[in-house]
Amino acid sequence: MSSATGLPDQRFTVDRAVLISRLRAVLPAHALLADEEEMRPYDCDGLTAYRHLPLLVALPEDEAQTQAVLRICHALHAPVVARGAATGLSGGATPHPDGVVVSLAKLKKIVKLDPLARTAVVQPGVRNLAVSEAAAPYGLYYAPDPSSQIACTIGGNVAENAGGVHCLKYGLTVHNVLRVRGLTIEGDVVEFGSAALDAAGYDLLALINGSEGLLAMISEITVRLTPKPELAQVVIASFADVRKAGDAVASIIGAGIIPAGLEMMDKKAIHAVEPYVNAGYDMNAEAILLCESDGTPEEVAEEIGRMTAVIEKSGASMIRVSQNEAERLKFWAGRKAAFPAVGRMTPDYLCMDGTIPRKHLAEMLEAIGHLSEKYGLRCANVFHAGDGNLHPLIMYDANQPGELERAAAFGADILELSVRFGGTITGEHGVGLEKVMLMAEQFSTAEIAAFHRLKAAFDEAGLLNPGKGIPTLARCREYTQARAGNAAGAPGQA
Amino acid sequence: MQTHLADFIKDTAAGREADGILRSCVHCGFCTATCPTFQLLGDELDGPRGRIYLIKQMLEGQAVSEKTQLHLDRCLSCRSCETTCPSGVRYHRLLEIGREVLEERVPRSLAARATRFLLTEALPRPWIFKPAVALGQLFRPLLPRVLADKVPVPAGGNEQPWPRASTHVRKMIALAGCVQPTLTPNTNAATARVLDRLGITLSEVPGAACCGALRYHLHAQEKARDDMRQVIDAWWPLVESGQVEAFVMTASGCGEHVRVYGEVLADDPAYAAKAARIADLTRDVSEVLAGERERLNELLASSSQAGGERVAFHSPCTLQHAQKIRGVVEALLATAGYQLVPVADPHLCCGSAGTYSISQPVLAGQLRDGKLAALTAGSPSVLVTANIGCQTHLQSGSSLPVRHWIELIDERLNGVD
Repeated sequence: MSSATGLPDQRFTVDRAVLISRLRAVLPAHALLADEEEMRPYDCDGLTAYRHLPLLVALPEDEAQTQAVLRICHALHAPVVARGAATGLSGGATPHPDGVVVSLAKLKKIVKLDPLARTAVVQPGVRNLAVSEAAAPYGLYYAPDPSSQIACTIGGNVAENAGGVHCLKYGLTVHNVLRVRGLTIEGDVVEFGSAALDAAGYDLLALINGSEGLLAMISEITVRLTPKPELAQVVIASFADVRKAGDAVASIIGAGIIPAGLEMMDKKAIHAVEPYVNAGYDMNAEAILLCESDGTPEEVAEEIGRMTAVIEKSGASMIRVSQNEAERLKFWAGRKAAFPAVGRMTPDYLCMDGTIPRKHLAEMLEAIGHLSEKYGLRCANVFHAGDGNLHPLIMYDANQPGELERAAAFGADILELSVRFGGTITGEHGVGLEKVMLMAEQFSTAEIAAFHRLKAAFDEAGLLNPGKGIPTLARCREYTQARAGNAAGAPGQA
Repeated sequence: MQTHLADFIKDTAAGREADGILRSCVHCGFCTATCPTFQLLGDELDGPRGRIYLIKQMLEGQAVSEKTQLHLDRCLSCRSCETTCPSGVRYHRLLEIGREVLEERVPRSLAARATRFLLTEALPRPWIFKPAVALGQLFRPLLPRVLADKVPVPAGGNEQPWPRASTHVRKMIALAGCVQPTLTPNTNAATARVLDRLGITLSEVPGAACCGALRYHLHAQEKARDDMRQVIDAWWPLVESGQVEAFVMTASGCGEHVRVYGEVLADDPAYAAKAARIADLTRDVSEVLAGERERLNELLASSSQAGGERVAFHSPCTLQHAQKIRGVVEALLATAGYQLVPVADPHLCCGSAGTYSISQPVLAGQLRDGKLAALTAGSPSVLVTANIGCQTHLQSGSSLPVRHWIELIDERLNGVD
């Protein structure tokens, strides 16, 4: 874990007065914030545990202004942190204290929507859901659906390679983006991918997806649109035992079914959500599964039959199938609102994002239960169960001294355990500031060094989002030494 | 969210309430997606999450200036964010507390204070407002554009008479309202005719005019409480004698406010109980009609008036977000045979928002034009809403008539004998 303050290792000396006067020359007056009063609300994203007052906040209104801001920052050696809707949960948009936050929220035009080619060209500040809304009249939608899709932007989705409850079948952001236009730190335009399915040379499009603002600032995206399935239905199953629910997930996939979505929530998550959403969840269940099928009515009928058979055999205590679209959306509404709804039970939470092989789900849940007791902090569990992506929500109260540190240690334990189960430290939220040190758990020093070289190929001066995504080699060494010291007493050894 | 409220407020009732609200926010940002001003301006400071942060800083004792004032002034108080918020943040209360502290901290210009004084004194008083509007309308062609745009336009249908000699056992009381009798006199009259057919006698009580919402939202809290006490005094004898079944609100802006009488006057020992009782008896006219669905259906079935007209409905924020009445009006209009056209972004405010169209004319105009574009996209022949403010604001930019939906129900029932 990074230090409790999340302060970056690398500091920059920037002449703020010169920076202000030069940025003022290229931005409208209301598009540059320099007073603490106005900048404070920009001091964090969805990860509120780490907050830094930026040096300045710029709100460019078009690509030309964005380019000009980058050129000036590059010339004055000022770090730049791109920000979309700031719904991210790993601190990818946490400001650098010596740098400029560049908010892309004003770049929110849908440039072109081509229903025949099934593509849309959008600016980075366009909201995820707004793309689907614009495509709806043509029977199309944008498939990746992070739970924050009402607010999060496509630019941010690309930067984090966002997933969602339906990515099990339809893929992550990277599988639904054809082309990304970016700006280098020098302000030069760089194109990744194209309208064609493949291009010569390295697949740099895959590289920019999930690059967390470290390589280029995203200025335009061509997304793939997907035809809306004729029908979708969701099975909602209750389990009296978390282990049985975990095993049901493995059985469904094992039976060769690829559900459109396969989600799991434990009792604490159900109890957080149900009173607010009235989604109709079983309050007596220890865990529920949401398992969706979509396609033609015949395909859905057949698949729902197979799904319910497998779930029944896994020992579900109750099974219901959505009877209409309104009910299906209601069943999903609870899952989509799960994170903030946990906010009703606790003033603060940390949302973890590890992945593990599906067969370890039940084991992992038990281990999290033990850790919850060990740290004396409650934890609600929401999983993209189908792809083994865990979202434990560790509840704490930032007003109580020491609770954040305990929550962070709890989270680190979960992620270390994920790696030991053969998984990863992040499934879809990105590394950001939050998990930067845990990269050393996942990757060797040589791999980390290679990441640094890749970063330098785009941004030699290291001005784009410094301190995020990749730990410095010095920090890696510290981390490995510290871990070696603690290894004997580590919890939940797999 | 972590909080460290400053000494000046932390041990007060308002401070404790604000702290609780701040701590319920997890900073997820969902609210920004449905905030009308964030959608227009794209600045964190013009969305609920940023405003919460601005208020938090002020309550934590940080320096505060006209910058915070600008962004809090731009908030429409539409409460769309509260509908969206999964964490149950009571944003409007935090905003009220924040605005009250801010008024003490950051002084306003003489011109701003003068405008506010005029609004708080003239609008709630029909005897000033009515002749003022008449004069303004008469001289509109001579007025400079800025002023001419401020003169409210009449909206809705021509005033038809109230039912004569309606003497049903069931009795309800309508709030006359402050500006409504001048601008849309047919609204309450149409309501009375519809309720008469449903076997309910509707009347107004002299002395109960402005509900107090207007001054309450202009930081004239004491004057607002006076307005409220006046309404309560006028209505209370009817509550005590058990003659009245409900207080019917035909303007959702007033309805929203009367419904919180109990909370606002909670610390007034002479009025708290009465206020709470009246709030309990308050219904939006749509709720009253929905409760009489059977009788209404019988009447509609026997009506000779054809339906089928294409209608676009704008649900006022005070109806859908504050009172959380959703889909009720739409269902009533559909039952009455009207064809509701789809309207994009139905959650967005039209920009009227009390006196917002006067204090923030540019944003209010953008929101109005956006709303009108959404409302007319499905080629309706009439626009309807449920609040006087929205109705006149939309009418000021629309060539199509903008009416209260109850007028349409009334017209359908005209064919019943």
